[in-house]
Amino acid sequence: MPTFEYAPAPESRDVARVRSAYSLFINGEFVEPTDGRRFKTVSPASEEVLAEVAQAGEEDVDRAVAAARQAYDRIWSPMPGRERAKYLYRIARIIQERARELAVLESLDNGKPIRESRDVDIPLVAAHFFYYAGWADKLQYAGLGADPRPLGVAAQVIPWNFPLLMLAWKIAPALACGNTVVLKPAETTPLTALVFAEICQQAELPPGVVNILTGDGETGQALVTHDGVDKVAFTGSTEVGKAIARSVAGTHKHVTLELGGKAANIVFEDAPLDQAVEGIVNGIFFNQGHVCCAGSRLLVQESIYTDVLSRLKRRMGTLRVGDPLDKNTDVGAINSPQQLAKIRMLSDVGESEGADRWSAPCELPEHGYWFPPTIFTGVSQAHRIAREEIFGPVLSVLTFRTPAEAVEKANNTPYGLSAGVWTDKGSRILWMADKLRAGVVWANTFNQFDPASPFGGFKESGYGREGGRHGLSAYLSGARA
Amino acid sequence: MTRLAVRKTYKLFVGGAFPRSESGRSYAVYDAEGAFLANAALASRKDARDAVVAARKAFGGWSGRTAHNRGQILYRIAEMLEGRRSQFVDEVAAGEGLDRDRAQGVVDESIDRWVWYAGWADKVAQVVGASNPVAGPYFDFSVPEPTGVVAVVAPQDSSLLGLVSVVAPVIVTGNTCVVLASERHPLPAITLAEVLATSDLPGGVINILTGNAAEVAPWLASHMDVNALDLTGVDDQAQAADLERAAADNLKRVTRPPVRRPDWTADPGLDRLTAYLETKTVWHPIGI
Amino acid sequence: MKPRLCPLDHEPGKALRATPYTVPVSTTAAPAGSQIAEITSSDASLRRFLAGLPGVDQVGAEARVATLATRSIKTSAKAFALDLAIRMIDLTTLEGQDTPGKVRALCAKAAHPDPADPTCPPVAAICVYPDLVPVAKDALTGSPVHLASVATAFPSGRSSLDVKVRETADAVAAGADEIDMVIDRGAFLAGGYSEVFEEIVAIKRACVSPSGGPNAHLKVILETGELVTYDNVRRASWLAMLAGADFIKTSTGKVSPAATLPVTLVMLEAVRDFREATGRQVGVKPAGGIRTAKDAIRYLVLVNETAGEDWLDPDWFRFGASSLLNDLLMQRTKLRTGRYAGPDYFTLD
Repeated sequence: MPTFEYAPAPESRDVARVRSAYSLFINGEFVEPTDGRRFKTVSPASEEVLAEVAQAGEEDVDRAVAAARQAYDRIWSPMPGRERAKYLYRIARIIQERARELAVLESLDNGKPIRESRDVDIPLVAAHFFYYAGWADKLQYAGLGADPRPLGVAAQVIPWNFPLLMLAWKIAPALACGNTVVLKPAETTPLTALVFAEICQQAELPPGVVNILTGDGETGQALVTHDGVDKVAFTGSTEVGKAIARSVAGTHKHVTLELGGKAANIVFEDAPLDQAVEGIVNGIFFNQGHVCCAGSRLLVQESIYTDVLSRLKRRMGTLRVGDPLDKNTDVGAINSPQQLAKIRMLSDVGESEGADRWSAPCELPEHGYWFPPTIFTGVSQAHRIAREEIFGPVLSVLTFRTPAEAVEKANNTPYGLSAGVWTDKGSRILWMADKLRAGVVWANTFNQFDPASPFGGFKESGYGREGGRHGLSAYLSGARA
Repeated sequence: MTRLAVRKTYKLFVGGAFPRSESGRSYAVYDAEGAFLANAALASRKDARDAVVAARKAFGGWSGRTAHNRGQILYRIAEMLEGRRSQFVDEVAAGEGLDRDRAQGVVDESIDRWVWYAGWADKVAQVVGASNPVAGPYFDFSVPEPTGVVAVVAPQDSSLLGLVSVVAPVIVTGNTCVVLASERHPLPAITLAEVLATSDLPGGVINILTGNAAEVAPWLASHMDVNALDLTGVDDQAQAADLERAAADNLKRVTRPPVRRPDWTADPGLDRLTAYLETKTVWHPIGI
Repeated sequence: MKPRLCPLDHEPGKALRATPYTVPVSTTAAPAGSQIAEITSSDASLRRFLAGLPGVDQVGAEARVATLATRSIKTSAKAFALDLAIRMIDLTTLEGQDTPGKVRALCAKAAHPDPADPTCPPVAAICVYPDLVPVAKDALTGSPVHLASVATAFPSGRSSLDVKVRETADAVAAGADEIDMVIDRGAFLAGGYSEVFEEIVAIKRACVSPSGGPNAHLKVILETGELVTYDNVRRASWLAMLAGADFIKTSTGKVSPAATLPVTLVMLEAVRDFREATGRQVGVKPAGGIRTAKDAIRYLVLVNETAGEDWLDPDWFRFGASSLLNDLLMQRTKLRTGRYAGPDYFTLD
């Protein structure tokens, strides 16, 4: 019997219009880095060099912060909110108009499946700008004081897992509140942020309101420690988050941090099992598991352990791993060789600590950075793979017997970003949601995001909220989330 | 012959009990004129450690109470304080060197502050919580939840009103705390502990240490089971920066020292309440 | 604790943890007949079993379907899917105004859907009302196309059991080798699970060939549009399978909504899990409202990624449709010739 093999269905990459070199975006113009340093950004799916990008140095940071300060003082903060709103609406519309280009570029540079960049990332980016555009002239009604004031110049450093979406989460509320920004995209995923700079030009956003500096960790450090910034917003690792928290100690800078996680996804025996299995898969294999709120610890009630495991493995067998630009790809490439090495290292540790490793049988491409969807069973709370954020498509499976035990295990981590609960019993959902020490609790669903919904962590997952009315308080004076 | 007064031994307040410092140390407290008032316990890092344990132990129960119940208990504290008003007036007057009228004003304001915060217990969630209109078939709501154990360096100059103003907003939402009382004027804090001990407040919700903030605060700032740090009472900027840096080790939520000397009689606003609240967002599908 | 079928390879201690789905697939093991008998022995035990099936979260099920609907099926995959879809069609006419002439035309089209292209496969079956079975039987002589008849007071099912049995036996005697029955939705919704169960069992008995040939295959129409919830769809699917259905079918086509992707997803999960539990494979037939090749391909993707390739065969998956065939033929021609086709070049149904 012939089988139903899906033929390749690649999205055309021509629409991405990748240029061979990109510069810095300072004061409304693309400018060369002062010291002329550049670095390459590659496609993680093929290791092909996509473009050369400028490495911003300290002088570039000075220039960008000065431009942002001038724009803040002279134009953006005095501008009536309704005018700022219209700029943000314009940006949202242009993002929609250029959605396909941005999606393809994001998948090229990041390695994520085009299905996700097209159907999740970019629509959420546009929605985020729409949402915060509407706040710009309503800040006095946000319950954050009668006359809330912007903070000033915001230094924003974002990660590589959702490059443009994280940019939107940072820039949209900052601008709506009247701040100006200097944003540094991640070293491995700078391209969509640079197209966003073009979008700012198309929207005729006043020069200096948004500045984009590409570079590595050094650039980021120079930016967040710069005396001229009033606000630091960072999304990334807990380790770097702590370093930032130390660096701003004793200054006047406001800080919000959205950091790592090790979320428990808890499945009770009365769960809607087929949807729970989808939720488990979505929780850990969405975006190759490069998700701070990924459901990386599966806690299954013992009575259904065998059942859930066999369903999960069967479902993992249908995951399509490969070319990010193929419209049928479910799991794309690991973003960088460094990240791949980390995933491999922690997976090896998992095995050496005695956990059982199982990977979905799938052929991996010859070039590029790849890791198959993998689960570990026989994992205990003490194992490193149950404690450390792997940030890859690797799930640790644990069991529990009672709701109290589930809560205890779920909360037994320094992190507190997200959690999942699967049960058909309403009162148990609310009991669990109350007890879980996490900033987002998804009940009978997972990895849902919306601009109106506050997102952020407890404990070492950081502080401050992004999204919703709460997200405004990160960019207004006298207000905290 | 005048009667010889029976003096009070001022001790620490930890886990609902009044222990001496485990170090056995004490220090002399003087009034504004420099006359001896009492010996206060000089808390050690181990006292701080014990206080954090007590605060953590109390957190689950206290945060699990209904907001209504927490409000009732805060109001009860106000009632108890009112009943011992004159004692506090004496202590504040002596310690801070205020005349009786002004000391009375401070005590009255302190009582009223408890009442004000008591009312917030079952209202703050309605003010800072939300139902979020997401673009999909989901019910999505956000609720404030207490951060956990909060270490507080209380104001140095305002020994009662300042203390109440930093402690009440921390606990009313369900947090528990370890407070370093004013170093120079610690006595009203310990007398307040006697009020707390008779107000149905569970042991460990508020733990009060007296002594040297420079010695004890770093242990609290670096303590990995403390979730937040209020530096309101740290006057030395360099020291505040050090404490903030230490707090980064587990990403404590930090309230920096105020830029200007606070007016404790002013409307407190919401900032101190929301500083120690986390927002939890819950999603659930809507379907049949 | 959920009700359960006893595991086939029974191990003491493990049984307590087993839900109906934990049983390993075993092709050699006999169907768990005695367990089924126990479950279906009373209304109470049947109710307990069906209520113990895992719930279906509507939003999650629909989200899964929406994701699968984005699968892009191109070139060779599309050619495969179009031919497979044609081979899976139960070409249907169920109108009061049906005539022998129309049925004969339909039979001719069923055997040679695209007369201009001999490589075009025949459809799986034609589906008619019982009185037209003799006409169709005659017209299909020598053709591989199966002959399905609706029965049991289609589409409402509102008649006595005796009449339904008699109607079924008539259709079988007249040459139908597949029977599409409707369940008593009223009884199901009122919780009369045993009643529905017994009726399916009775109709299954009436499918026995009077001539001693192979028995007619029984497709049980759940009329999911009237069952409303996916939980009901899952329960009705299990009820029908326990009663002996060879196929479970979504709809009569007379009630809106008819077949939908999420309903079919839930039914595919049910047949997959039923085979895991009992070793017996049951087919699925969405019917009504499937009009375009694009729709059909989405269903095939759903089959492929839910029940698996074992179901990607006309023996295990069917489309109840009429206008769908022409769209499949047009797409097929486009793929072959490289230019878009027009309806004038294909016969009207």
